[in-house]
Amino acid sequence: MQDQEPEDLAVHARGLRKAYRVRGTEVPAVDGLDLQVRRGEFFGVLGPNGSGKSTTVGMLTTRTTPTGGTATVAGHDVRRDPVRVRRSIGVVTQANTLDRAVTLAQNLELRCRVFGLDRRSARRRSADLLAQFGLADVADRLDDHVSGGQSKRAMIARAVVHRPDVLFLDEPTAAVDPQSRRDLWDLLRALHRDGQTVLLTTHHLEEAEALCDRVAVLDHGRVLACDTVAGIKRRSGADHVVEVGLAGTPDTALVQEGLRRIPGVRAVEVDLRSVRVHAVPRGAAGVGEAGAGEDGVGEDLVGDVLQALAVTGPGIRTVTSTPPSLENAFLNLTGRSYSA
Amino acid sequence: MTVLDTPDSRNSAPTRTNAVPVVLPERPAGRHAGWAVLTTMLGRDAWVLRGQLGPLALRAVLQPLAFTFGFAYVLPSIGWGAAGHGTGGSYSTVLVPGLVAITIAVQGISAVLSPLLMEMTYTQQIEDRALVPAPLWVLGVQKILSGAVQALVCGLVVFPVVLLVHAPGNRPHVHVADWPLLVVVLVLASLVAGCLGLLLGTVFEAVKVQYLFAAVVTPLTMLGCVYFPWSSLSVVPWLQWLTLLNPVVYMGEGLRAALTPQVPHLPVPVVLAVQVGLVAVLGFAACRSFVRRISR
Repeated sequence: MQDQEPEDLAVHARGLRKAYRVRGTEVPAVDGLDLQVRRGEFFGVLGPNGSGKSTTVGMLTTRTTPTGGTATVAGHDVRRDPVRVRRSIGVVTQANTLDRAVTLAQNLELRCRVFGLDRRSARRRSADLLAQFGLADVADRLDDHVSGGQSKRAMIARAVVHRPDVLFLDEPTAAVDPQSRRDLWDLLRALHRDGQTVLLTTHHLEEAEALCDRVAVLDHGRVLACDTVAGIKRRSGADHVVEVGLAGTPDTALVQEGLRRIPGVRAVEVDLRSVRVHAVPRGAAGVGEAGAGEDGVGEDLVGDVLQALAVTGPGIRTVTSTPPSLENAFLNLTGRSYSA
Repeated sequence: MTVLDTPDSRNSAPTRTNAVPVVLPERPAGRHAGWAVLTTMLGRDAWVLRGQLGPLALRAVLQPLAFTFGFAYVLPSIGWGAAGHGTGGSYSTVLVPGLVAITIAVQGISAVLSPLLMEMTYTQQIEDRALVPAPLWVLGVQKILSGAVQALVCGLVVFPVVLLVHAPGNRPHVHVADWPLLVVVLVLASLVAGCLGLLLGTVFEAVKVQYLFAAVVTPLTMLGCVYFPWSSLSVVPWLQWLTLLNPVVYMGEGLRAALTPQVPHLPVPVVLAVQVGLVAVLGFAACRSFVRRISR
């Protein structure tokens, strides 16, 4: 009965577990992980090093055998039907696994051939993809003679030659320079726009924020939170903080009273020449259109704060608005700071 | 939904505008995936080796050349040569099949072992190979076949060398009495070597490979009836029985039957049966060990 997968789920993990025996004791790397990635989604698995991201990807891509739980990828069980799973996925590993004895083009051609294309179609498809990925000029070079960013792009191209149902990327921008990282992001967005389901692991909060529709935050092999980036920030209880620098010393009681009337305000700190307002992040309710409303929400709160202060005085000098970041969301979720 | 409403628009920050619209191809109908993997990867190995034929030949020839030079030229020239007792000819007659056999064994083992260790450690390519849309044992079979082909090529390259290098008057008496037997023996020997390579490569930890040569390759050579026919060990019966555990013995004895039938050798049916058995047992064990090794 568990074979019945909801049609729109590209990845479905239930209680997934991997424990390693270390000197006689079982050490879980992934500890009862539940995950649902919808088709067409750009999904991020976020967590610090050692949180179980790579082990999770290892199990979903059949490279690591789970010690418990179940997982299906593109409707196929990773343990019972690993070959079908591998046929349905593309994987970009953290390490550079390009075949260094053959050219980039041959790397892609070989992959096409493995997936059953004849020589001519393989050549055409490989040239086509390399051109789309901006690698036409270096197609006939060995991996040793291209940049790190180009290698990564070639690996992504190789991973999609057979149009996989799910593309797995394990820390794709871990060792590339900032400009190449931007280029890779553009490329991944383009793939996603073309309908590619993507599951990406990263320990860069910025990367998850920039790319992902939804994010699962992992720590110690468990999912701490799974939501849109905005949703995670909201649920983590991290505050939106507005700090206002004032021209003079405010009337504490008056300011407190005025500001606390603003909906969502949790705390107001009044100093000699400044006021800090901690509020529950507003809007961003529900799922989806995460970031879109984010800035508007922030301004709403700032507007309310300024309005209240305009009534109570004194004059306003500076305003700093700090919406909750994933970083303090992580801090709130785990009780410790995010050290990637 | 307008273009501006795509989920990406929120990230339109300072990205370069060189983003090409990517259009992915259709999925190929992947039937016979195991076969496609096998032939593609064999083709890949052949392509890569094509550019390395010189080094491959050199690697194959150097050791046997040194041996044959030492045993068939230097020693007889200084009057210390082994006489080739009861072999009906010079000592080089004994050496030819033995050296071809050990070349096949050593080159087959290293043809599988070296790339495998590189893939599992330095290049980590195994992480990618293991994502083929086929059962993983297919990769093991491919490695065995690839190693076997290289072993066979090396054996054939060495053949003329050991045939031609000898002291005056020490010409080996080689004549192929049974061509089909020679082909079968060479092919089986090459396959056994490939299986051995995969088994050793997956059983030994990469860091312990330095022991491999001392612990495996040297005894394989010295106790492989390379420099003497198996029958001559009858004076040390316990050793004669012990050497039957060495796969190289059957390679050499098989070649003796095909190339120098006048030299006493193990019965052909025994040689063939054992070799077929070795391919089956070692091949199975090697593929199993390989799959275990690359799975986590």
